[in-house]
Amino acid sequence: MAISTPEITADVVRAKLLGEKADISGAAFKYLLVACLLVVLAALVALITSVSGEGLEVLSTRGIADFIQRPYSIRPQIAGVYQGIVGTVTCAIIVSIFAFPLGLASAIYLEEYATDNWFTRVVDIVIRNLAGVPAVVYGLLGYALFVSGPLSNLTGGSSVLSAGLTLSILVLPIVVITSAEAIRAVPSNLREGGFGVGATRWEVTRTLILPNALPGVLTGTILGLARALGEAAPLILIGASTSGFSGGEPGDLTGKFTALPNLISSWSKLPPKNWTGNTQAAILVTLALVLGINAVGIVLRNRFEKKK
Amino acid sequence: MTATTSPPSGPLSLKDLAGDPRRQNTERIVRAILTLAAFTSVVISAAIIYVLLTDALSFLASIKLSDLGNGIWAPRAARFGLLSPLLGTMWVTLVAVVIAGPIGLGAAIYLSEYAKPRVRRIIKPIVEVLASIPSVVVGFFAIRFIAPEITEKIFSNSPSANLMVAGIGVGLLTIPLMTSVSEDALRAVPLSLREASYGLGAKKVTTVARVVVPAAISGLVAGLILSISRAIGETMVVFLAAGGTGTRPGSPLDSGITITSAMASVASGTDNVVGAGNTFSSIFFLGLVLFLITLSLNVLADRFVRRVRQKY
Repeated sequence: MAISTPEITADVVRAKLLGEKADISGAAFKYLLVACLLVVLAALVALITSVSGEGLEVLSTRGIADFIQRPYSIRPQIAGVYQGIVGTVTCAIIVSIFAFPLGLASAIYLEEYATDNWFTRVVDIVIRNLAGVPAVVYGLLGYALFVSGPLSNLTGGSSVLSAGLTLSILVLPIVVITSAEAIRAVPSNLREGGFGVGATRWEVTRTLILPNALPGVLTGTILGLARALGEAAPLILIGASTSGFSGGEPGDLTGKFTALPNLISSWSKLPPKNWTGNTQAAILVTLALVLGINAVGIVLRNRFEKKK
Repeated sequence: MTATTSPPSGPLSLKDLAGDPRRQNTERIVRAILTLAAFTSVVISAAIIYVLLTDALSFLASIKLSDLGNGIWAPRAARFGLLSPLLGTMWVTLVAVVIAGPIGLGAAIYLSEYAKPRVRRIIKPIVEVLASIPSVVVGFFAIRFIAPEITEKIFSNSPSANLMVAGIGVGLLTIPLMTSVSEDALRAVPLSLREASYGLGAKKVTTVARVVVPAAISGLVAGLILSISRAIGETMVVFLAAGGTGTRPGSPLDSGITITSAMASVASGTDNVVGAGNTFSSIFFLGLVLFLITLSLNVLADRFVRRVRQKY
């Protein structure tokens, strides 16, 4: 008897196991799952194409440089997103300075240092609940703290500094939770090995836990940053300008400001005939910025994963 | 280093085992810094609750409580019918979860159980791209695509901007969250469970539906609750696409407001925001309502998750 190839054997075995019947339910289930994924992809394609048509036209006829270097204007032909870009980038820098060190430190505390006492339990509950607090509520907090409240002398009221600090508070729980998850995923025998050779807790954390947890921490950080930069709602409450204003230069932390999402929001409410092109162009600029940051994060993460 | 020093004479005391005092010192400082960092979250929570409570209470003190039963939410006209934003939120969330729940879960199961590593490496970033699209962009998409191409074609005699348009947009926005949380939960199920199931002769679909999904259920529930919570709190899509009418919506096809979009529309009327009596403080009241709803959802989810996890 000829020896059959492994594939044929596998098929025969599978057919025998299924009682010589085709696995209809299995196939149906699989195609259902694929359909779910296709819906997601189709939605994404529809979204990208529907916001790029007139936007690309504006960007190519006026030139990208012209569009991103001009401030807001009531005349659509010369209106640009300069002040929005400055506001959004400044917010990103402020978030990176405040939210990420603080979030990672909290995560390390929760995962590596905390013992099961009331303080840890309170912090744990608080962070999980903070993550579920809607962005717009953080806007209220930011308004009460930085715009009208005790810190307004420092921040200058409705300013990019207030906006950045509000967004930092907004992403803090996301950074903590994703970092904590990444730290938790590090196998505990690494820890035990470290302690076994006499390292202190911080030495174990710094040399064994953090390098291994970094891919996960990065993912969380980057998703957090992308989310923060796309938020318009909290900044509406902080008082992002929706009409023309002078200023909004880089480095002006306490003056009037706006951000890209808020420009998109206010432009989409203007007459579509004149403003659709500009709105779409602003969306393209925003997507380029946000997706660019994401791409960097994903590339970094893949590199780390490969190394591991 | 210490390895070359001769062992201390006499019986060992605890002090000999305590280690280098400098390292111990670093350890203490690091611990203090980390504890302080963790404590900021507690301070933030306390600040949120304090801010919401004080301003919401001062708002409630400035109106008659019966005003909350008004048929219309129009704070500038001093009409504070709370039911309009509540019903609007309910419809938007319902539409969003009906879309995001099954699609997100399906995509997660495919990515975790069926997709080959190469396929997964391509698709996962694409889903992440959707996650990182700002909600205001989805809002614009809802007005310019979902409304004319989908809802207006199916439901021709409804206003172009309505709660369902917003709900579909919010659902789209929530899918990646549902997918990523669910996928993480599914992948966390130990391989040995799947192997045991195959070893008993179960088919792939049986293994997935009867073994993997039940084992991951705590994470899946967490994903669903997070999605609901996210949908309730989503602002910009609704602000742009739901119509903004302050009357009580009878169906998702009516133009309406949600708790969040009502807050955004008060706050975006920049000219008379501050100093307009209780108009502005009304959004702190809405914020408190929103906060309480999402908080109780989270607590509920947490309990459920814990119970299931214990059983497993």
